[in-house]
Amino acid sequence: MTEYLIKNGFVFDPVLGIRGDVTDIAIKGDKIVETDAVKNPRVIDATGKTVMAGGVDVHAHVAGPKVNIGRNFRPEDKLFNTRPGRGVERMQGGFSVPTTIRTGYNYARMGYTTVMEAAMPPLYARHTHEEMRDTPIIDQGAFPVFGNNWFVLEYLKNNEIDNAAAYIAWLLRATKGYAVKVVNPGGTEAWGWGLNCENVHDPVPYFDITPAQIVRGLIEANEYLGLPHSMHIHANNLGNPGNYTTTLDTFKLSEGVKPRGRFGRDQVMHHTHVQFHSYGGDSWGNMDSKADKIMDYVNSHDNITIDMGQVTLDETTTMTADGPFEHHLTELNHLKWANADVELETAAGVVPYVYSPNIKVCAIQWCIGLELALLAKDPMRVFMTTDHPNAGPFIRYPRIMKWLMSQEAREQQLDAFKHKDKVIDATHIAGIDRELDLYEIAQMTRAGSAKALGISDICGGLAPGLTADVAVFDFNPNEPYVPDDIEKAFGDAEHLFKTGVHVINGHEIVSNGNKRTLWVNARVHENPQVVRDVKEKFLRYYTVTLNNYEVHGHHYVPNPYVIEVDATQ
Amino acid sequence: METVTLTIIKQPELYLEADCISPDVFAETTGEIADLPVYVGREQHRLGDFFEISGRAGTTPAGTKIIVKGDLSRVKYIGMKMTAGEVVIDGNADMYVGAWMQGGKITVNGDVDAFAGTGMKGGELRINGNAGNYLGSAYRGDWRGMTGGRIVVTGDAGSDLGTFMNGGEIVVGGNVDVHVATHAEGGTIIIKGDAKSRLGGQMVEGEIYVFGDIDVMMPGFAYRKDVDLEVDGAKGRFALYEGDLGERHRKRKGQMIYGKLYQLVRP
Repeated sequence: MTEYLIKNGFVFDPVLGIRGDVTDIAIKGDKIVETDAVKNPRVIDATGKTVMAGGVDVHAHVAGPKVNIGRNFRPEDKLFNTRPGRGVERMQGGFSVPTTIRTGYNYARMGYTTVMEAAMPPLYARHTHEEMRDTPIIDQGAFPVFGNNWFVLEYLKNNEIDNAAAYIAWLLRATKGYAVKVVNPGGTEAWGWGLNCENVHDPVPYFDITPAQIVRGLIEANEYLGLPHSMHIHANNLGNPGNYTTTLDTFKLSEGVKPRGRFGRDQVMHHTHVQFHSYGGDSWGNMDSKADKIMDYVNSHDNITIDMGQVTLDETTTMTADGPFEHHLTELNHLKWANADVELETAAGVVPYVYSPNIKVCAIQWCIGLELALLAKDPMRVFMTTDHPNAGPFIRYPRIMKWLMSQEAREQQLDAFKHKDKVIDATHIAGIDRELDLYEIAQMTRAGSAKALGISDICGGLAPGLTADVAVFDFNPNEPYVPDDIEKAFGDAEHLFKTGVHVINGHEIVSNGNKRTLWVNARVHENPQVVRDVKEKFLRYYTVTLNNYEVHGHHYVPNPYVIEVDATQ
Repeated sequence: METVTLTIIKQPELYLEADCISPDVFAETTGEIADLPVYVGREQHRLGDFFEISGRAGTTPAGTKIIVKGDLSRVKYIGMKMTAGEVVIDGNADMYVGAWMQGGKITVNGDVDAFAGTGMKGGELRINGNAGNYLGSAYRGDWRGMTGGRIVVTGDAGSDLGTFMNGGEIVVGGNVDVHVATHAEGGTIIIKGDAKSRLGGQMVEGEIYVFGDIDVMMPGFAYRKDVDLEVDGAKGRFALYEGDLGERHRKRKGQMIYGKLYQLVRP
């Protein structure tokens, strides 16, 4: 087995509790091992450099039909940025909706090794897996969407948690999915009638159920199964002034539920891209930050985790299974809009968006995302994301690190805003002098997100026994630096090991890695009702048969990593 | 002003992508102009493999004039992104002449194929001949089309003229094919000859002037009144139509602003 010894680096690892001490990290085969367990290793000199575990992205839209709609309807996103193949690197293109190839390479360059696709329409699971298969280097899993699924709505209307759980187990297996994702519960289904559910007690037309019942029911079903990840939600009323009350109402639905299962997470709800859900005011004119109220709740309730959804001030492509929101957005910015309805399951919309520093609302959004992270008492529960590509492309993570780690960098950006004074009045950021350190960044980007996903026994840290996902960055935290040095160093890893394979050597991609697909196989007691319901719905409503629906075989998931869950006990 | 003369001596087997033929690139080149890269399909070649090159470039784009001679109907991207200086094309050229140009002047003594002046921001593009489709339009998918500068075509232009136009001016001496100023939010298009159909579809703002016939008027345009105007040096009475009534429009001082389509009234 190939052995490596990464010597003398400044190691930041929340799993081992190492805060920048000079430590050696040893790799043998695909695992991290004790340093005395390697006999004749290749030595990587990390003197004066930063060493961390491979990054773990809890939420990004990087594969599947709506990502591909974005690619297809935005040829201009590839204008002047395509690159021919070179060495082991294949041809790449795209900025906010990059090709699968560029997606894998760009994550690797930032030292990321695990990325979760945040919304997989079950009917298009095959497409999603084909794209993930073609995304090199990084391990991936995909979250099928459940919050507007007819089976789920009908079971939860009657409070049939066991049936909902059996259906979830079946769908995770059928789609090779990883977790229970909920997008605008009930609202996307209502969009089929041109309606929406803007708060948690709005009834879903026809189904006689409310978003609150859907969310609570899916949390309970998730814990009934004891899945690795918790229910993962994008709540109702995204992106509207005054929506923070809906967010708090959604948070409260997690109260009183305890996490179950063997995966070591503490939360029963992960609320994603909370930046989009933390707005006060009642119009775009008086919209302000309620990040303080949101973080008061998050800080005092340890059964919740969140991620930022940080606006990066770029031109990007928004895409979500929140169909009504995307229509709302195209009415605002008048740019092109694509809408897709996915039969009994979900819908999606796609609209390009330009987050301009000259627009007050965009600048306030930028502040809110950073406030969420800077007000976090426990960085193990607040993760760095851009809801890629919705609030900005993931390649900006190193820039977000710069903003989080440097008040000077934040002030430079605040000074560049056209409406600086109004923005400061509407937000809290000017009064926050906290600067995160690399240990806290490692919590927000690796250890914390891995724990919340229930894969802390696989990755997210540097403890012996974990998968050998290790990044070395050309950054010396003990020498003086300017903020831009952070962005530069963490966007261009000097070395990256992925499952023990040396994929980046001296900043060059030298291997396409050994990409794995994570999926969850949950065993439940036989449930004849759910089996019958599935057969009947396919017969009556679906445009495909079951045989053309399920994801199986080597073609879709050539290198699976199956996480077994036994819910029969 | 220094002048570089390029004469094509070898035709490419496929098409030659030569975005280096620009005063900006020539003026900034420290080495030989002949060594600048050009592409045929996926293969890279030297500019000198296809052109005989004489003269020298100036030290600035504004001080550089390029004359390109011969049959250039397989050469793309001449004058792309140029900011200053002058390009004269003696012959027919392929697609993307003057695309994204920001300043300076291009004169084509011949025809150009599609996408000339795509995303143009400034400068002058004069075509003494015919233009292909998508003259002065946006790049595929983009909503930011021509924003400034002036395009003059002495002959005819093809379809999809000025798509997503936001500013600047296009003057066509002859006739145009379908789709004029689709999605436009500004700018001026003057057509001295005839137009076919679908003028101003989803147009938000901007102006179209037609001196000749229009085969089919868009149903989204409504006749308002006759006005006396001087357009590109010609005086006359024009019928004013406003539209596209199916699109969103902004208000200025309480008045709705529409796209305007003027057609010369002939006795």
